[in-house]
Amino acid sequence: MGLAKLNQLYREVILDHAQHPRNRGELADATGVMELRNPTCGDVISVSVQIDDDKIADLKFAGSGCTISQASASLMTTVLMNQSVERARELIMAFSALITGEEVSEKDDDELGDAALVGSVAEFPARIKCAALAWHALDELLDEKGATAHD
Amino acid sequence: MDKGLNNSRKDFPILDQQVNGEPLVYLDNAATTQKPNQVLKTIVSYYQNDNANVHRGVHTLAERATDHYEAARDKVAEFINAANRKSIVYTRSTTESLNWVASSFGNLVVNEGDEIVISQLEHHSNIVPWQQVAQKQHATLKYIDLTTDGELDMDSARRQITDKTKIVAIAQAANVMGVVNPIKELAQIAHQHGAYMIADGAQAAPHMKIDVQDLDVDFYAFSGHKMLAPTGIGVLYGKQDLLEMMPPVQFGGEMIDFVHHQDASWTELPWKFEAGTPNISGAIALGSAIDYLTKLGMDNIHAYEHELVAYTLPKLLAVDGVTVYGPHDPNKHTGVLAFNMAGLHPHDVATGLDMEGVAVRAGHHCAQPLMEYLNVTATARASFYFYNTQADADKFIQAVTAVKEFFADGIS
Repeated sequence: MGLAKLNQLYREVILDHAQHPRNRGELADATGVMELRNPTCGDVISVSVQIDDDKIADLKFAGSGCTISQASASLMTTVLMNQSVERARELIMAFSALITGEEVSEKDDDELGDAALVGSVAEFPARIKCAALAWHALDELLDEKGATAHD
Repeated sequence: MDKGLNNSRKDFPILDQQVNGEPLVYLDNAATTQKPNQVLKTIVSYYQNDNANVHRGVHTLAERATDHYEAARDKVAEFINAANRKSIVYTRSTTESLNWVASSFGNLVVNEGDEIVISQLEHHSNIVPWQQVAQKQHATLKYIDLTTDGELDMDSARRQITDKTKIVAIAQAANVMGVVNPIKELAQIAHQHGAYMIADGAQAAPHMKIDVQDLDVDFYAFSGHKMLAPTGIGVLYGKQDLLEMMPPVQFGGEMIDFVHHQDASWTELPWKFEAGTPNISGAIALGSAIDYLTKLGMDNIHAYEHELVAYTLPKLLAVDGVTVYGPHDPNKHTGVLAFNMAGLHPHDVATGLDMEGVAVRAGHHCAQPLMEYLNVTATARASFYFYNTQADADKFIQAVTAVKEFFADGIS
């Protein structure tokens, strides 16, 4: 076995997103910014989002971390950009299920696209937190947004 | 060197297994060590033959359990050459030992405007408790700097320790930088200024001969699980007169002399600190671990680990793109090798090594101020013990090279 199994985790598209992250940086006109840390390794991810008309109009991430956390954050921004808040939250749920080894609907899997490949992290339990960090940050932001809308 | 020091590897059946289809190479000994059959048998035998609560029964099993529990204390006292068994207090861990010294003794002797001196290479458990004391007492927490080599800068130590200093608390062996600090010299400097010397021995006691009287430390803390015993048992050594003046941290059964309706008096040392039913099997197992280590000989363990480091360190340094933290001279480096690989996050390195069966730690090693000082977010860390072999070292280097090739294009 050895390193061969690593190919399941570090697929080309994941390495590509880690090396050339999309939507990296901070939004000047963000409607919400959330920074989350992984206390076990010191990784930090900051997600900033701009929500217009219940839609994710813009989305960026910043911070430092391992290949998995960086690639996962980058993939998240490409998948969730321009999604409605409601659909984004469904996809975050689906991603959460995937990385913990649960089945998701074909529709969700399709829409997650390349991000679904991060699901192979389920085979590497110590790394699930790395994959989840950015998505948790955005989820909390959308939660806040939801809470504000109801007020 | 292929069977561990004195053929000891056979006593650790856990090492004889495959992980991810590869033979396990366990190099996370600075986090916790494996337990030999002898220690495991002691635990089973205690529960099969002698289990009872200590210090309070008159029946035979209670007497036996108490005898074993207290005999282990004698072994601990001898292991670190304490003058008196009353100086040996059982705790849960090094962290608990240091917390007790800080919250009880620290708050007793540190006043407003005083100084507490620690160093840049401490574990969080020897930083955060002192931050708490400093905040509560309005004292100042000062840090001894490191040399470019990663050793404690003794000139900085002499500058930082002043007549205002009440506490000097330093790790004897560093959990990231892999250096051994001159505790005896630090104790002399501390005492010249009227300060108390506290040594965190978590990474030292398992690997070298400790003589608390020669070091002249006022308190010394270490854990059982980093030296073959189970988790949940630790030791706090303190000079007897200091333990006498230090108030108990926990109150209840076992620690009292007499309880009236409104107040109570404490029993004598060391039991005044051991409230409630203690970790009896853990203490007895620690005694068994000490027997095992003593039989091997702490000087032999130290020499064997040095040989392994002298073999491994140059090979690790020779891998292109590898940075090793702490001194590069094997004579100055313990069996703790913290490193990073260019363009790779240590988590990715550790996952790669795990796929090759090699267990290392990756992260900030509970030393975030040190990570900040080194200007890194995290490192990988391989740490050896006497049951590791030259073959383990070879496999480790081979796996590091394989990981490097796997990520040939680099990440980040």
